[in-house]
Amino acid sequence: MKGGREDIPAMERTVRRHTVLSGNCGISVLCWAGFALLIVVAAFLASGIGSFETSYRTIFRLWISPFDSDSAAGIDDTVRYIVINVRLARVCLAFIVGAALALAGTVYQGVLLNPLADPFTLGVSTGAAFGASLAILLGLGGMQLSGISGLPLAAFAGAMLALYLVYLLGRIDGRIHATTLVLAGIIVSTFLSAWISLLKSLNEDSVSTIVFWIMGSLSGKSWTHAVLVLPYLVAGGAGILIFTRELDILSLGDIQAQHLGVNVQRVRFWLLLAASLATAAAVAVSGIIGFVGLVVPHLARLVVGPRHGRLIPATLLTGGLLVLVSDTIARSLLPNGEELPVGVVTAILGGPFFCYLLLHRKKYLQL
Amino acid sequence: MLPVAASQEVPATVIRLDRVTCGYAGQTVLKDLSFLVRRGEFIGVLGPNGAGKSTLMLALSGIVPVQSGSIEIEGKPLARLKARERARLMAVVAQDIDLRFPFRCEEVVRMGRYPHQKRWQMESPEDEAAIRRALGATDTAMLAKRLITAVSGGEKQRVVMARSLAQETPILLLDEATSAMDIHRKLLIFRVLDRLNREDGLTVVAVLHDVNLAALFCRRMIFLKNGELVADGAVDTVLNADVLEHVYETPVMVREIEGTEKRQVVFLP
Repeated sequence: MKGGREDIPAMERTVRRHTVLSGNCGISVLCWAGFALLIVVAAFLASGIGSFETSYRTIFRLWISPFDSDSAAGIDDTVRYIVINVRLARVCLAFIVGAALALAGTVYQGVLLNPLADPFTLGVSTGAAFGASLAILLGLGGMQLSGISGLPLAAFAGAMLALYLVYLLGRIDGRIHATTLVLAGIIVSTFLSAWISLLKSLNEDSVSTIVFWIMGSLSGKSWTHAVLVLPYLVAGGAGILIFTRELDILSLGDIQAQHLGVNVQRVRFWLLLAASLATAAAVAVSGIIGFVGLVVPHLARLVVGPRHGRLIPATLLTGGLLVLVSDTIARSLLPNGEELPVGVVTAILGGPFFCYLLLHRKKYLQL
Repeated sequence: MLPVAASQEVPATVIRLDRVTCGYAGQTVLKDLSFLVRRGEFIGVLGPNGAGKSTLMLALSGIVPVQSGSIEIEGKPLARLKARERARLMAVVAQDIDLRFPFRCEEVVRMGRYPHQKRWQMESPEDEAAIRRALGATDTAMLAKRLITAVSGGEKQRVVMARSLAQETPILLLDEATSAMDIHRKLLIFRVLDRLNREDGLTVVAVLHDVNLAALFCRRMIFLKNGELVADGAVDTVLNADVLEHVYETPVMVREIEGTEKRQVVFLP
């Protein structure tokens, strides 16, 4: 490399340090392994937090019991139930939901070339929550389709409807504009939230249930829910991973992407579909958790660079970790076992980071 | 690629425009335009603002659909070519380069290999070689590790030019591709294109504002005005005061540069 470090602008230097770091194969593998380990440690620590007190030693013995059946000997069944079926299930679900939302945010930002796009600002989350609320009100909540619950499908229908509406509203002369799209997203989102509140009230739900649905909560969720979401996340995620190279090229804009041989219309359609499917699955069990899909892609992009082949795994892990931590805070912050909506925590954690982006990296945000 | 020198026949037609009319919603830009491009030509497309030069490039690359008439690339109707097939035949350097995400310049050049790669394939030695050649030809090797969002306009254009060369297509369309470059880089790029044109038979169609740059390198010129073809022919026959004064509506003087067969144009105040 020619030229000293001095002639490289400061912003470029920080970003480059990270991209170089992840470019080196050995260090890169270490970093990924370290990050995965961090998530396991966070999950372990989160499993010990809650009104029912257990020692980390007990938790560790229970965690390794599938591999070493003697280790859990003498542990009470109630303890086992709480550690494995309540806490671990919730931790895993939180991770899955966060990963799905962050994945969707990354795809929306990449496909729509809009740094403000995410499942929430595009109205997709609210659409999904609306679809799920309607299905529950109509008594379709327990509907089964060959063993898989239909609730995420209802959420998916709502999500696609909202996305289509936003797309129609956000278009001016056949072109999508960044600002009008987000404006349309906020309008659709607000409108559908009102309908959700109305539907929930008709269903004689309490105000607190409505708040937990609109601001997101994983309260009382179990392995059933985790298993319910996972196939949709895997399907959506696989659909997106097929297109990582196209996602990179799409960020050059439609015309250049077409010049490079990408079938823009088709690729964009499948990517939006896959991202909306992941969002819908997450929202169907957790309600609307904001900020994750907006902030995590930016955070990950600052660290691993914009190539989606690396960015998508990084957002999956970061999004999962963020919601895992947020959910643990949400369920343990208040005394006497009361819970906060997890959306409150993600917004409190995510807001300042977004402010930092706005203040110091306007150029990066392209605002 | 056909061995051009091997036969005395007229080289094959690579682009055929037949009575093409096209434009945008409620506005026709190109009107009844017909011409042929043969393999190995180096064509400059010139004309004042709004003449339809960029629209012509967008129509040739399949972005703006034709309203009537037809375009054929290498004997196949453009509309029926798949995006990827088209990108293996034709590389395009567009006028406005809007790169939003902080990719490294090298990664942008790498994207030029996309039409040649299978979905799960890693980069092949051919890919690497093409990328290295493209970086060398455009003098961008030292930009490789820098971020595309942090380089100057001219540097950005060189990186995008490198990407198009890495695409290794028989046809190259340029739309004001060197407008932000300094003089010596501009000449460097055009010398490279000239060499590829003569040695490898690369067909170049370049939209240019700079008549004198076109006069140095192009062998054929097409003048557009108000979406219509005004003049089309070898530089000797069309680059004269009559055509230029008609196209640009300003008095001009055309001079031969001594010792060369090149002409230069002076626009008079």
